[in-house]
Amino acid sequence: MNILMGTMEQGLIFAIMALGLYISYKILDFPDLTVDGSFPMGAAIAASLIVKGVNPVMALVAAFIGGALAGLVTGFIHVKYNITNLLAGIIVMTGLYSINLRIMGRSNIPLFGVEHIFSGKNKIMVILLLIVICKLVIDFLMRTKFGFALRALGDNETLVISLGLNEKVLKIQGLMIANGLVALSGGILAQYQGFADIAMGTGTIVTGLASIIIGESIMRKGRFLNITTIVIAGSIIYRLIISGALQIGFNASDLKLITAILTVGIMALKVKKVKARGGKLNVKNRGIKEIISVGARECKGSIQGTQLQPGR
Amino acid sequence: MSIIGSNGAGKSTLLNTIMGNIIPDEGSIDIDGRDITTLEKHKRNAFISKVYQNPSLGTSPSMTVFENLSMADNKGKKFGFSLGLNKKRKEYYRSVLAELNLGIEDQLDTEVGLLSGGQRQSLALIMATLNNPEVLLLDEHTAALDPKTSEIIMEKTREVVEKNNIPTLMITHNLTDAIKYGNRLIMLHQGRVVLDIRGDEKQGLTPEKLLKEFHKNHAEMTDNDLFSMG
Repeated sequence: MNILMGTMEQGLIFAIMALGLYISYKILDFPDLTVDGSFPMGAAIAASLIVKGVNPVMALVAAFIGGALAGLVTGFIHVKYNITNLLAGIIVMTGLYSINLRIMGRSNIPLFGVEHIFSGKNKIMVILLLIVICKLVIDFLMRTKFGFALRALGDNETLVISLGLNEKVLKIQGLMIANGLVALSGGILAQYQGFADIAMGTGTIVTGLASIIIGESIMRKGRFLNITTIVIAGSIIYRLIISGALQIGFNASDLKLITAILTVGIMALKVKKVKARGGKLNVKNRGIKEIISVGARECKGSIQGTQLQPGR
Repeated sequence: MSIIGSNGAGKSTLLNTIMGNIIPDEGSIDIDGRDITTLEKHKRNAFISKVYQNPSLGTSPSMTVFENLSMADNKGKKFGFSLGLNKKRKEYYRSVLAELNLGIEDQLDTEVGLLSGGQRQSLALIMATLNNPEVLLLDEHTAALDPKTSEIIMEKTREVVEKNNIPTLMITHNLTDAIKYGNRLIMLHQGRVVLDIRGDEKQGLTPEKLLKEFHKNHAEMTDNDLFSMG
């Protein structure tokens, strides 16, 4: 029961990250690898501020802002210098590694014995409160004119320009919100597990993608089940699978590989289904395969030597 | 105004220059006395609308018909944090769609990606003209449609343009349409206007006469090409 509860809690914390990734990846159609840097960045900011005695809630706000700034840089170099979206994310992620170390001052900050958002409270209630706030804000945002413009941007850039909107600014704003959420999730996780670590961001994008894909493949959008709910559920189920893998004897160090294989497996099933129906793969599906291959390689080791193909 | 000319004559370049995709090396573009030659692309899009040959360029496929129309209705205005759906105008949208007779009026909550090409293009046209743009550009906007839908859209285009008095430039390869619609016709060749026919004179045109002009210019071009190659 304890394990199950812990899995739920973790799933909900990571769900905030998955929601952020949902905005960049699904809504903006921008496979944003910045998240591998902005997730630990959120943890780094929150932990180092809390250690200094800053109010833990304020520390989370700072984490969100830090993540948003990371998204700003990725968006800016992408639209300003025409660097492809994948590469822009990788560049910023690489740079963030050093920045995160600067923020923390060392590679690990323990948070034991200091006051944080979970101190003396019921963990699951705190997490539920946070996730419900995030979900409602995103749901509302997507129903506003701004949200419509964001959704249209990932669909059809020409249309957004024809509405008289600056598509570049809009893309940057979308990435800021996405990375802000990812960093927020990192900041919450640091407080939940009691430490921030420089390596905790590795594979964030694949984890988030796995959650989104799992959610989407087992649930359908309906009147009472909107996409944010599906992503949150996907994140919990993903954690259940991972925790199951640990239970049957896998090492924690095997989890990244399991995640990568799991994601590819679900994607492959999807492709098979589409093909069986005689349909064609859409661009977004192709994007997923591409990003998994990059993400998986990145999980295995350093990103140096990774061959990227600019422009697809 | 209809614009005709062979491939490479400069028709699309002309529209692209007006849209701001291409900044001209010389000359200027004035709309209503306002110089927009170097105005940013998205800023001039606030008052210029374009319907493309490809139906998917004018709509957002993963959003519903209602959502698309609400967005188009807000063209040129701020996209802030007020609710995106324009519920007050729902009945108006329905009535405009009903006039098309393509059955879209009953599919307001359907994702646009599920509509047929003809339905999408009609929707794109309506979205482009919903807010009475100062200039409307049509780039072979019926070329990808079947003859019947094509005619519906051309008639709808005429109706909207005449009702709201929108200055319109239409590129077409269909000479019959070029003559039938609008009150001025120009033929482009190598980036220049080689034929400019207006009003009554235009009514007397036939596709045959136009074709003759077409070939005249085309022959010239081959000669020029030969010379330049030599």
